[in-house]
Amino acid sequence: MPDTPDTPEQTPAYTASLNVTAWNPGEDVIEVQRTPAPGAARGTWRAFRETARGLKTTFGRIAEGPSTIQYPEEKVPVYPRFRGRHKLHKFEDTGLEKCVGCSLCAAACPADCIRVVAAENTPENRVSAGERYAAVYEINLSRCIFCGYCEVACPFDAITMGHDYELSDYSRSDLIFTKEMLLAEPLERTPLRREGE
Amino acid sequence: MLAVVGYYEPWWIQIVKAIVIFAVALQLVPVVLMAERKIMGRMQGRYGPNRVGPYGALQPLADILKLLTKEQFRPTTSVGFLFAAAPLISILTAVAAFAIIPFGDAQDIFGTKVGLYGVDVSIGPLYVFAFGAIAFYGIMLGGWSSGSKYSFLGAMRGAAQLISYEVSQGLALVGVIMTAQTLSLTGIVHAQGGMWYVVPQFFGFLVFLVAGFAETNRAPFDLTEADAELVGGYNTEFGGGRFASYYFAEYLNVLVISGIVTTIFLGGWMLPFGIHPPGWVDPFVVLFKMSLITFLFIWVRATLPRLRYDQLMSFGWKVLLPLATLNTLVTAIVVVAAN
Repeated sequence: MPDTPDTPEQTPAYTASLNVTAWNPGEDVIEVQRTPAPGAARGTWRAFRETARGLKTTFGRIAEGPSTIQYPEEKVPVYPRFRGRHKLHKFEDTGLEKCVGCSLCAAACPADCIRVVAAENTPENRVSAGERYAAVYEINLSRCIFCGYCEVACPFDAITMGHDYELSDYSRSDLIFTKEMLLAEPLERTPLRREGE
Repeated sequence: MLAVVGYYEPWWIQIVKAIVIFAVALQLVPVVLMAERKIMGRMQGRYGPNRVGPYGALQPLADILKLLTKEQFRPTTSVGFLFAAAPLISILTAVAAFAIIPFGDAQDIFGTKVGLYGVDVSIGPLYVFAFGAIAFYGIMLGGWSSGSKYSFLGAMRGAAQLISYEVSQGLALVGVIMTAQTLSLTGIVHAQGGMWYVVPQFFGFLVFLVAGFAETNRAPFDLTEADAELVGGYNTEFGGGRFASYYFAEYLNVLVISGIVTTIFLGGWMLPFGIHPPGWVDPFVVLFKMSLITFLFIWVRATLPRLRYDQLMSFGWKVLLPLATLNTLVTAIVVVAAN
């Protein structure tokens, strides 16, 4: 190493100009105030007093009442950006599906839970606004990790993450949601948290 | 040995009383169980069980049904009939100890004099200690015969805990016995006509209560169970009805200790300020006082963390035992000086 520093930042004059002092390890030590170790009688009294204090605390909790939310009856509202079960969307005016079967969602899916089979729109059977539509659109919700990448990948906002989270079922095959299920409105609406709530 | 003091009862009254006491004990345990879960829930900001029946009142029933219909599992390492017998020892001693709690004075019922207690033995507290000591065979044999290390460790802790705390518990009562000059529990209640022993024997009361927590293996002295370290301690390998027996015995022991504390320190069926209600009120007074002590048991369980093993030992030998001894000594001097 050469004696002269390479950069101006390391010169002593520059360091001094920053008003930096050398770190003194003893400087930051805080003296801990310790009471002398209690003897038998004092220690017993302290244990007794602290026990009484603890009892007071727990007794006070009775008056505060439970903070439990009685789940199936009461539900915590979800935030607007909560990522729940997916929804497929239609155009409100024409009633055509937004999904054009491009499979970008399936490509983006890290859990590989989306299956799209596209088909051509024909003049007699027009399903979507684009050239093609999704003949099969399935999401395997037992694999989905609710990351929302499908929503981000979709160029037509055809798929979004909804707010439903009550998705348990009795068999795995029931958790494969088809296009019709994803297009339909959910049976029970999940409460949504309003602004400022 | 089990001399009945003061009066004579026909044999059939003894049998009826035995049945009644067993029935009462069986009814009280689910109540205590439910109360514990509800009160602890409230103290921890929860509701406690509230799904089965109104306000969850049928939860203990559901639990008991579940436990009784479960498979009687036993590990291949378990030892012979002891594995099956150990829970029975626990439950037997708990019910037997319950028999001597006086729920009231001797009453005239249809012209027959009946004491509202199983039996008024002339050795009172010794009877409780005797059955308390046998109860530990239930825990020790259960833990040992499971053939599991967790159970064994729990059982060994239980044994050490018994030795440490039963000494102080016994000594704590000596002061009361010296003051009352009798070992009969009804006699001790009668001796409290002027003042409940909780006042003159306050330290005896404290020591007895704390030792009672240890005797019943309740928090903060539940090292025999210690779910955090020993899975379930002595009852790790027990399931179904056998586990239910242990569970039942634990709560019945809580009731027994509550009853003994009520009888010996809180004046039994006596009411303060010289109120003398008719005889049928007595059991309710006793039950009310018992429920207060039981509440304390629950309250402490919701509050205090479990002691470390060495803390348990040093607390028993270095704090409780000297305190109990000092209490006995001072009481002895006062009693002699007063006479």
